[in-house]
Amino acid sequence: MPGAKKIMVNEYQSTYSPNTPKIKKQMLSDIGVDSYKNLFSDIPEKYRFPELNLPAPTSELDLKNELSKIANKNSTPGDYSSFLGAGAYRHFIPSVVKQITSRSEFMTSYTPYQPEVSQGTLQAHFEFQSMVCELTDMEVANAGMYDGATSAAEAVLMACRVNKKLKVEIVGTVSPLYTDVITTLTQATGIEISYNNIETILQNNNDEAPACYVIQQPNFLGEISDLDQLKLLSNKNNALLIVISEPMFLSMYQTPSYYNADIVVAEGQPFGVSLAYGGPYAGLFACKKDYIRQLPGRIVGETIDSKNKKGYVLTLQTREQHIKRERATSNICTSVGLIALMSTVYMALQGKKGLKYLSELCYHKSHYAAAKINNLPGFELQTNNFFKEFAISCPIPVKEVNEYLHENKIIGGYDISNFIKNGMLLAITEMNSKEEIDNLITLLSQVKPL
Amino acid sequence: MKNSNIRKLLMDRSIEGKVGATMPSIDVPLQTLPNKKFLRENLAMPEVSENEIVRYFSSISQMNFSIDHNFYPLGSCTMKYNPKLNDDIAGFPGFNEIHPLQNIDTIQGALEIMFDLQNILAEITGMSGTSLAPMAGAEAELAGMLMIRAYHRNREDFKRKKVIIPDSAHGTNPASAVMAGFEVISIPTDTNGNTDLEALKNVVDASTAGLMLTQPSTLGLFDTNILEVVKIINSNGGLIYGDGANLNAILGKVKPGEIGFDLVHSNLHKTFTQPHGGGGPGAGAIMVSDKLIDFLPDPIVTKDKIDKFDLSKPQKSIGKMGAFHGNFGALVRAYSYIRTLGKEGINNISEDAVINANYLRIKLKDTLDLPYDRICSHEVVFSAKTIKEKYGVNALDIAKRLIDYDIHPPTMYFPLIVEEALLVEPTETESKETLDEFIETVKTICEEAKTNPNLLHNAPHNTPNTRLNEALAARNPKLNWRNTIEEAN
Repeated sequence: MPGAKKIMVNEYQSTYSPNTPKIKKQMLSDIGVDSYKNLFSDIPEKYRFPELNLPAPTSELDLKNELSKIANKNSTPGDYSSFLGAGAYRHFIPSVVKQITSRSEFMTSYTPYQPEVSQGTLQAHFEFQSMVCELTDMEVANAGMYDGATSAAEAVLMACRVNKKLKVEIVGTVSPLYTDVITTLTQATGIEISYNNIETILQNNNDEAPACYVIQQPNFLGEISDLDQLKLLSNKNNALLIVISEPMFLSMYQTPSYYNADIVVAEGQPFGVSLAYGGPYAGLFACKKDYIRQLPGRIVGETIDSKNKKGYVLTLQTREQHIKRERATSNICTSVGLIALMSTVYMALQGKKGLKYLSELCYHKSHYAAAKINNLPGFELQTNNFFKEFAISCPIPVKEVNEYLHENKIIGGYDISNFIKNGMLLAITEMNSKEEIDNLITLLSQVKPL
Repeated sequence: MKNSNIRKLLMDRSIEGKVGATMPSIDVPLQTLPNKKFLRENLAMPEVSENEIVRYFSSISQMNFSIDHNFYPLGSCTMKYNPKLNDDIAGFPGFNEIHPLQNIDTIQGALEIMFDLQNILAEITGMSGTSLAPMAGAEAELAGMLMIRAYHRNREDFKRKKVIIPDSAHGTNPASAVMAGFEVISIPTDTNGNTDLEALKNVVDASTAGLMLTQPSTLGLFDTNILEVVKIINSNGGLIYGDGANLNAILGKVKPGEIGFDLVHSNLHKTFTQPHGGGGPGAGAIMVSDKLIDFLPDPIVTKDKIDKFDLSKPQKSIGKMGAFHGNFGALVRAYSYIRTLGKEGINNISEDAVINANYLRIKLKDTLDLPYDRICSHEVVFSAKTIKEKYGVNALDIAKRLIDYDIHPPTMYFPLIVEEALLVEPTETESKETLDEFIETVKTICEEAKTNPNLLHNAPHNTPNTRLNEALAARNPKLNWRNTIEEAN
């Protein structure tokens, strides 16, 4: 109690707080107070020291046992074969990725505001930006966004700044998971979003140009759009063309620069990042260099030090919230550095040949599976031109198909009944062996209408 | 050798034919590939062998300071120890390998953790509801601002277009408010470091949507005017948003919801130890009072009568903040941390953090200027104003000289309202011995400022790079290996 002679501290000793009660008493005496409570006297007395209704401390052993039981309640891909994609994909992650990204120097450092003691992070970010530029064939890339969907939303905001317009056209079948986020992040900006198919837009020549067109390539249902049509779209007027893509697809197929895209965004997760129930992931964001001053997020640049040695710094920071406050290009404050590093190490390991090989492997496996499924009575392939993911229609509701598959240790595809009657979206990667695929096909062949 | 080799980029290490990963076999019949015109001709990625890649990244990593190696008293960033146990638990296959779109019945364990964490965070902050959807503190701020907007519009009050933000706030506050369509009104801080009540009264009116307040503030001070601030805003129909960046200072000491905050976010990577990762990933939970529950971001986790968990969209939700359900990996780490410490340990965090900061305040108040000479919370803001006037050495020089002593610099020149600011946040995970070393080092450096100022002007001396030319980087951007610069010597 205040006024008492004995100095008062909490007697509980946690493993993460090195100062013992005895040391703390000494420190309080140096500070010149009788009790730790005096250090909180600025808090209105009525509300000071509320009861916290929390469980008691748990030991490492007990907690691991308890949470491992909870984790085991989930059906885990690996124990199950999985054909689920729709924006997050299960690809193989070489051991090196985890080993490197678990290094304390990368994992427990902060945003590289002090470049002299952050060259490791900065150089790795520079490698990331470089590889994202190669992958997308764009001139500049930032150091990473929260995820693919927020990258897409930030691209829309950026295009509206560049063209000083508030009209946005979403073209064709873009993932609803992405359009939902675009809607959230633009709801207070006055931006008006419309949805059209590409044919309608190309036929109509009287409309005022929007700030941007947003396409997804391949689209949500896996369909790869016609490149000549996309060229026409990008050349139609001065609207920017924003392309939402996927990194494994970009490793094999014609790049968006072929049809003159202005901004390319993608979910980086397929490259070295665990599924982890949806996050943390890293959004890729690349564009033409003309728009560099309107980019959101962190950017690392090369420079020299006072002894003329090459080094790296965060640059073009006058775009950012910590300098520009309410006039910043975005409120974003992270580059999701560690996740971007996972993708960086992944791309370094797979390299030029590996990415080509893996993407073709996904192609072969998915096309093998699609052809077999298309031959099953009652099933029909709904995507014509695809890479690793395709839509099928089933003879009975997808929910029932998936329940049957789950009983047989398979996590089935994503239910897209709101796009296609009894529609299912299946993703097939190098993680799905022929045996798994054949097993899926056997089980699907047993699915029949009642 | 060290510098020339270590700085060579991957592309410059690439030699045709080297491979960095083994390739799985093709076990299906080969399919016809698409016409060449659909395929890319070249993918310019490096060709480097696996062991070379490991050595490269391991080597460059050593150019970093990190919490595991260094005292890192970066004010406002809460660079505390990140328990290793949390990483192990987040890595359990049942958490780390599950797909975000799996059927609800197959991810009940994941939802159970999220449901518990929602409740724990609501309990700690004295709020009624939580969404774990925002993927960072700044995204939680944006979610909060969008909820304030939605709340007023739902009451058909369309006049409220302004958000008041003190001048000591993080830059994300005004940036987030603007993204939510608000006009930002900045108000000054009074001479004691509290919200200037007169200034506040002058700007509050029927167009005020709300106030964003960091409590304790970025000056490391608990605003003693808080109850009046709440009254002024509430009586005008505005809402109060709490930036929880400094939640580490008040865990178990006060619940923001009880003193009148309507919303508060928590940076789970600060207070609840998700590793900072060289700039992310973070996670931002948003907690709200009863009147805002229906507006929470999508999704929240709910539990039904038979204890089955589900993802739900609140009735008037502002919508989705990301493609999926938030940064689950960070949520598991936060949960594991809170459960390890439990009630007693959580109570200790703020006590120990505040003792450590006040200890530094007392021990260094005669060495550096102390602009706000009062009990501080978890961090303390010093100023190098006098030293600059006397010896021409500024806060930047002192910060850079600390590096020579293996200490990460404090936050410099923030908050913006303090001249030559050095914002020091020791956190609770540092020992008295470390703090004593820091105190002695700062005293030594301030002595050097007097006797050998050039030692500070040219610091740091032993890092891979000396001070870097940031102006050149911005003037002539070289942002990838397609356009790097030749080393000048």
